[in-house]
Amino acid sequence: MAMLELKSINLNLGGKPILSNVNIDFWEGHVHAVVGPNGAGKSTLANVIMGLEGYRKVEGDIIFNGTSIKDMGIAERAKLGITLGWQEPARYEGLTVGKFIMASAKDKSVDTAKDVLEMVGLNPEDYLQRAVDKTLSGGERKKVELASILAMRPRLVLLDEPDSGIDVSSLEKIFDGIKLLRSFGSTVILITHSIAVMKQAEHAFLFCGGKLVTKGSADKIEGFFEGECLPCEHKNAPDEGDIYGN
Amino acid sequence: MEINELLQIANEDKILNDKGTAHMTINLNKVVSKNLVPGLHIDTEEMEDGVKAKIVVDEGVVIEKQVHLCFGVTHEQAVQRILMDIDIKKGASISVLSHCVFPRAVHVKHIMDAKIRIGEGAAYTYEEKHIHSEHGGIEVYPKAVVDLDRGARFKTTFELVRGRVGLLDIDYDITGYDESVMEMMSKVSGREDDLIKIREAGSLVGEKARGVLTSRVAVRGNAKAEVYNVLKATAPYARGHVDCKEIIQDNGTATAIPIVEVSNPKAHVTHEAAIGSVDTKQLETLMSRGLDEEEAVELIINGLLS
Repeated sequence: MAMLELKSINLNLGGKPILSNVNIDFWEGHVHAVVGPNGAGKSTLANVIMGLEGYRKVEGDIIFNGTSIKDMGIAERAKLGITLGWQEPARYEGLTVGKFIMASAKDKSVDTAKDVLEMVGLNPEDYLQRAVDKTLSGGERKKVELASILAMRPRLVLLDEPDSGIDVSSLEKIFDGIKLLRSFGSTVILITHSIAVMKQAEHAFLFCGGKLVTKGSADKIEGFFEGECLPCEHKNAPDEGDIYGN
Repeated sequence: MEINELLQIANEDKILNDKGTAHMTINLNKVVSKNLVPGLHIDTEEMEDGVKAKIVVDEGVVIEKQVHLCFGVTHEQAVQRILMDIDIKKGASISVLSHCVFPRAVHVKHIMDAKIRIGEGAAYTYEEKHIHSEHGGIEVYPKAVVDLDRGARFKTTFELVRGRVGLLDIDYDITGYDESVMEMMSKVSGREDDLIKIREAGSLVGEKARGVLTSRVAVRGNAKAEVYNVLKATAPYARGHVDCKEIIQDNGTATAIPIVEVSNPKAHVTHEAAIGSVDTKQLETLMSRGLDEEEAVELIINGLLS
């Protein structure tokens, strides 16, 4: 059954349409990929679902487990179990990895923080007391963020470009994290333009120019994305019209 | 009783039982406990409104265990003046943790006036933590003049994040000669009508002298902060950096005036200053994990001041 329903979502920013008439159902306990080239509106969609500042004035409705969350703030949505992993996670001067993770965790114990760090391949002894600041590499911050999400045990998690800044050897740990989230029963939405990330999903939604172009099984969409979308030189300007005639 | 109260508040009561750890506790104008270790000398003179203390570390002596000082006032109203004369001799090394504890202060003025000489190749680390009452009537005036000989190292951290600040007026002047290193860090959290003034001035007058002045301040309510950092480099290969970050909430006001002055073409000093509210991405990340805005702000500020 649909856990999250996007109904006729429209968003204009700076007078330009960024998302146009988006209708999607995301299924409980499944892994979904929202794919498309840069500028397609994928991250915007994630920000709209999370209710970030600047992304709240949308037309249409967002239904989570049968209840409209459109007018809820970020914290309210998070308390329902919705969370977001940023493409480039925030840095915090002085805030330790341990405290950062425990702030997110349902069970705010050091043991939980240690467990989730191990899940993402970081040694707790090395990381618990380190600050979530510029001394961590982009890949380490990404893993720490994923650890904090695992600690939260969310019902719905949006991961924006989960492979961004991650080296090949670490990518498997991120994919393991996605599998763990699914095993916890979380619904996962991956925002990506990477085929490797898309392969982690069961269902995919292809975006272009702020519009949903097509949807289907991830296998089916992968072929279309690779064959038709990636080679396309279309610049995704939202005012160029619907090139697919949808 | 007074010793125990002060040390318990500072979570330092166990040091009384450790004869291998040097310590000194002062309540208002009385030295209420003192323990020394070889090579460390502390001579004190009680005054009507405070204590004079001369601290000497003998040449080449390395004090292995951190020395604990506690300056307290258990009264509601008082003036406490601490005059410190510190001499770290050539090649010596000492680390000091100092607690300034004013648990019941309503109108208390605490004046710390220190003259510090750090000899050639010597190292002095000084960490000062304040624990104040919730009254805003406390006035704190830490003042220090520090001279660093060739190759000397001085690292100081001033922290006032527990209780109300009241009025804080820091005034440090440090001069660094050849190959010396100075590091100054201030962390202060103000609220209601607290007033925070920080003036830190470093002069890198010796070749290859290095210095970093860092300030981290948070102001909420109607609190005000003025941070004035000056770093001057006049010698070749002197290197320095000034770094000030202030977070404001509510009606708080913050001012940062970083001044860097270089008068030798082979010297290099940089600065950065940032004042503003809590970063949106930091805030939204924590809120997306289920924290309320107030909890998220608290966590971010506590991290910055930790």
